[in-house]
Amino acid sequence: MPATEYDALKFHDGMVKAGLIVPVGVPGIFGRNHVFEDVLARFDAAVTRLATDDRADFFVFPPTIERRILEKVGYMDSFPQLAGTVHSFFGKELDARKLSERIHAGGAWGDAMAITDVSLNPAACYPLYPTLPGTVPSGGRVVTMLNWVFRHEPSPEPTRMQAFRVREYVACGPPEMVIRWRDTWLERGKHLLESLGLPAKADVASDPFFGKGGKMLAASQRELKLKFEVLVPVISRENPTACCSFNYHEAKFTDAFGIALPDGETAHTACLGFGLERCVMALFQEHGFDPGTWPGAVREKLWP
Amino acid sequence: MSENATKIRNILKEHGRLTKDASALGERDDLYQAGMTSHASVNVMLALEGEFDVEFPDHMLKRSVFESIAAITSAIDELTQGR
Repeated sequence: MPATEYDALKFHDGMVKAGLIVPVGVPGIFGRNHVFEDVLARFDAAVTRLATDDRADFFVFPPTIERRILEKVGYMDSFPQLAGTVHSFFGKELDARKLSERIHAGGAWGDAMAITDVSLNPAACYPLYPTLPGTVPSGGRVVTMLNWVFRHEPSPEPTRMQAFRVREYVACGPPEMVIRWRDTWLERGKHLLESLGLPAKADVASDPFFGKGGKMLAASQRELKLKFEVLVPVISRENPTACCSFNYHEAKFTDAFGIALPDGETAHTACLGFGLERCVMALFQEHGFDPGTWPGAVREKLWP
Repeated sequence: MSENATKIRNILKEHGRLTKDASALGERDDLYQAGMTSHASVNVMLALEGEFDVEFPDHMLKRSVFESIAAITSAIDELTQGR
């Protein structure tokens, strides 16, 4: 039985009342309690079990990446509105005093700061590419990561977070291997969510590119079927929430970072990511805020 | 060659990031195959809006509208009709 009505604010308030999340005063940022984190860890473990035959190398990267990655992959051309560049203070003693005075006077102080060499990571697969230069094995390589990502899109809607975790898999190899791998995972991802009692459906999707030009990029992405999502109703039945996202990058990243196959041919990449908080929220909405009352089949899958 | 087609070729030359010479392209040659990326096509679209003082409505912001000089010409004709 659904935890609340399919409504963003009711679902948010329901999770707060159940103690699952703790608001901190900024939309899209909140704390998670031990129950939420337990479900998240167990869902993540279920993904790992599903991926055994990928023999993926596992990494965790911090939520900050080299700013140059954003520049190199064209993130600022497509999503400047979502970027979280990190700024710091580079001034001298007197400038620091002035900064302090301005802050305590309640004024704006952003112009006293300057951009640093790091940025918040907006996409779970980004930190990987600079580590791959050279050649990938002819059979391809699969890497998995559990990374925090940041998107500057403050919203009271609980599934639209500014910071969240993604369990990511990236395949790098010959184009046909990468496409086959992506298609296998599209089935797997949908099946995993269905096996947890979630009414999942897969659909072609597009990214929230900036501006009018962005509408064109989104249309192109859809036409070329470069992005798919597995969606589950969480805050709306009509507009289900993307819980798992699949992107085929063709040679975008391998060109940018000089990654090739042993015979010199171009390697392609694809990635898939489970938005972990969204998957957890989908479970709470579908089965109720108390995991102790969830259907036996779902519990067996998560607490094997 | 029509005046519009010349303007379109100049825009493609400047913004299309084509791997071929825009003036040597056939009217129906596929611009994406000629090296125009999605991002380059956005720059082409914005340059066309400036040059012809038109605004592409949302339903025209798709690949097929910008896939060839002929397709762009007919889109511009449609947007400037009745002027």
